[in-house]
Amino acid sequence: MASISSTTETMKAPTPQWMETWKQFAKHKGALVSLIIFTIIVLAVILGPILWPLDPNYSNLRARNEGPSLAHPFGTDNLGRDLFAANLYGGRISLAVGAVAMLISIFIGTIIGLIAGYSSKLDGLLMRFTDMFFALPRLPLLLVVIMLYRDKLRSLFGPELGIFMLIVFIIGATSWMTTARIVRGDVLSVKEREFVTAASALGSKNGRILGMHILPNVLSPILVSATLGMATAIITESALSFLGLGFPSDVPTWGRLLFDGKDYLTLTPMRVVWPGLFISIVVLCVNFMGDGLRDAMDPRSKSKA
Amino acid sequence: MFQYTVRRLLISIPTLLVISFVIFFILDTAPNDPTGNLPLTIPPEVRADIRKSLGLDDPLAVRYAKWAQQFFISEPLNFIESTTGISIGNSENRTRIISWQTRGPVADAIAERMPQTLWVLGLAYIFGILIAIPVGVISAYKQYSIFDQVGTFISLVGFSVPTFFTGLLAIILFSVKLKWFPSIYDTTLVVKDWPTFVLQVKQMIMPVTVLAFFNASQLSRFLRSSMLDNLSQDYARTARSKGLQERIVVLGHVLRNSMIPLVTIIALGIPAIFGGAIITEQIFRINGLGALLIQGIYNADIPMVQTLTFIFAILIVVFNLIADIAYGFLDPRIRYS
Repeated sequence: MASISSTTETMKAPTPQWMETWKQFAKHKGALVSLIIFTIIVLAVILGPILWPLDPNYSNLRARNEGPSLAHPFGTDNLGRDLFAANLYGGRISLAVGAVAMLISIFIGTIIGLIAGYSSKLDGLLMRFTDMFFALPRLPLLLVVIMLYRDKLRSLFGPELGIFMLIVFIIGATSWMTTARIVRGDVLSVKEREFVTAASALGSKNGRILGMHILPNVLSPILVSATLGMATAIITESALSFLGLGFPSDVPTWGRLLFDGKDYLTLTPMRVVWPGLFISIVVLCVNFMGDGLRDAMDPRSKSKA
Repeated sequence: MFQYTVRRLLISIPTLLVISFVIFFILDTAPNDPTGNLPLTIPPEVRADIRKSLGLDDPLAVRYAKWAQQFFISEPLNFIESTTGISIGNSENRTRIISWQTRGPVADAIAERMPQTLWVLGLAYIFGILIAIPVGVISAYKQYSIFDQVGTFISLVGFSVPTFFTGLLAIILFSVKLKWFPSIYDTTLVVKDWPTFVLQVKQMIMPVTVLAFFNASQLSRFLRSSMLDNLSQDYARTARSKGLQERIVVLGHVLRNSMIPLVTIIALGIPAIFGGAIITEQIFRINGLGALLIQGIYNADIPMVQTLTFIFAILIVVFNLIADIAYGFLDPRIRYS
């Protein structure tokens, strides 16, 4: 009964259980520092383009390939576009891709994991399906699908939204398998517990048992794999853009800035350093936070820290 | 164990067939035209003939069956013939998978590009393992020491920073600023004497180091946690209490047991590094398999892309199988039923 009452409480407001998790999380110094840096970067890319007056696509041909100056802190590119504005704006897209792709992948993974774990009829079928997705060569397939479908989606939804939807969808659709396996494993053990038997004896429908009783008890592994999934999604998007098969060049993302900058390594090496640094810092922070979250939510590690 | 191996092998055949069909289907639904890159002056009837000669007007099932026959039967037979010199059946009229870009057999292009990829990736993986083992062992044995903390931090950094950034940084530092190594990999270089060997080593240093660093950070993290699990086990205490040297306890008993999951991770990681080759080859401009795939994608060369993507899928399935079987061999506690 203890777990039922504690999970229903968590839905209302910060309660002792969440405070406990937070305390554990705060003990992990790396995770705490990462959370602060990550928040600063998120705020910077949200507010930055509003506060910084230059348009990332405005090209001033008189100021091409400039080094850092007061007017252009990160310098300018070969078309005289301000790279500080481009990095801020690019961060918005990179982070948005990471977040949305992660949500899609977590959503698919959780649903498949819940059903596979709960229904012994569908379990075998769904896990074979998951295995097959694991065996698909991810990067080649992503590249192929983007190459083949980007023009179609671009004409349907416009250049920016079309490619955003395509990238987010296919990253999400090819990275849900780990979540599904973890969730399935946890559901298999949670569904044998007494409170589930009690709920089903009281006449709860399957959907209600899954949503109200089982899901809250498997939330912590989902959260951990969500943070790690976001890091993978950001890296994947950057890799695709780096190969020239992500966003078009008038939509700067961190990966795209790297791709555009890599031909100017001798002239303006800092052009690739900034976006690369941002990708790395964000991924490092997210990974650290995932580590901290895992330690904080795993009851076995509490005694150690 | 034998039964298990056979059953797994049998399951992987339909899996691979399904995957090859999925890849074929995805490529087929593509809204693009392989004759689209040809000059506009070609009259429509010639264009239709070209389409016909490429076999594009057949139904999907027929085209898939043709490809599958070429991939699973013709090409392996050609390979056997060319390596052993024995001719099997009607080898003159055997059809091969033809690239739309080069109009040459796909298998020849792959065979030509394979060595570059294998050399760079293989060396990087071996160096990665050689770095990871001592780092993982010392970090775990001296947990929370300065070495451990620095090592864990560096491996988390190495694991988080994408290779396309570390690679570009290496180029800026060592090619652009210091001018130590070339930034473009020359695949036509033939090693025949000492100076060309030095050149070859020089051009391989950066890609191999960047990849090895990435691999080592992943593997050392695994080894560290697996060592930590084993160090606190009863058998380690028993070994110590019966008076074995610390060295033998750690390296002989604990490391051997900790290597079991690591072997699995190493096997599972091999297909992933082939996928990573696509990116690495783009950074250092190596003309390997990854570059071949990218080139094929840009030129809508469907047979090439289909074949290469499927080879990547085979690697994944095969190394999964190897990982599972190796696990059963190395760990007698694992019993497959």
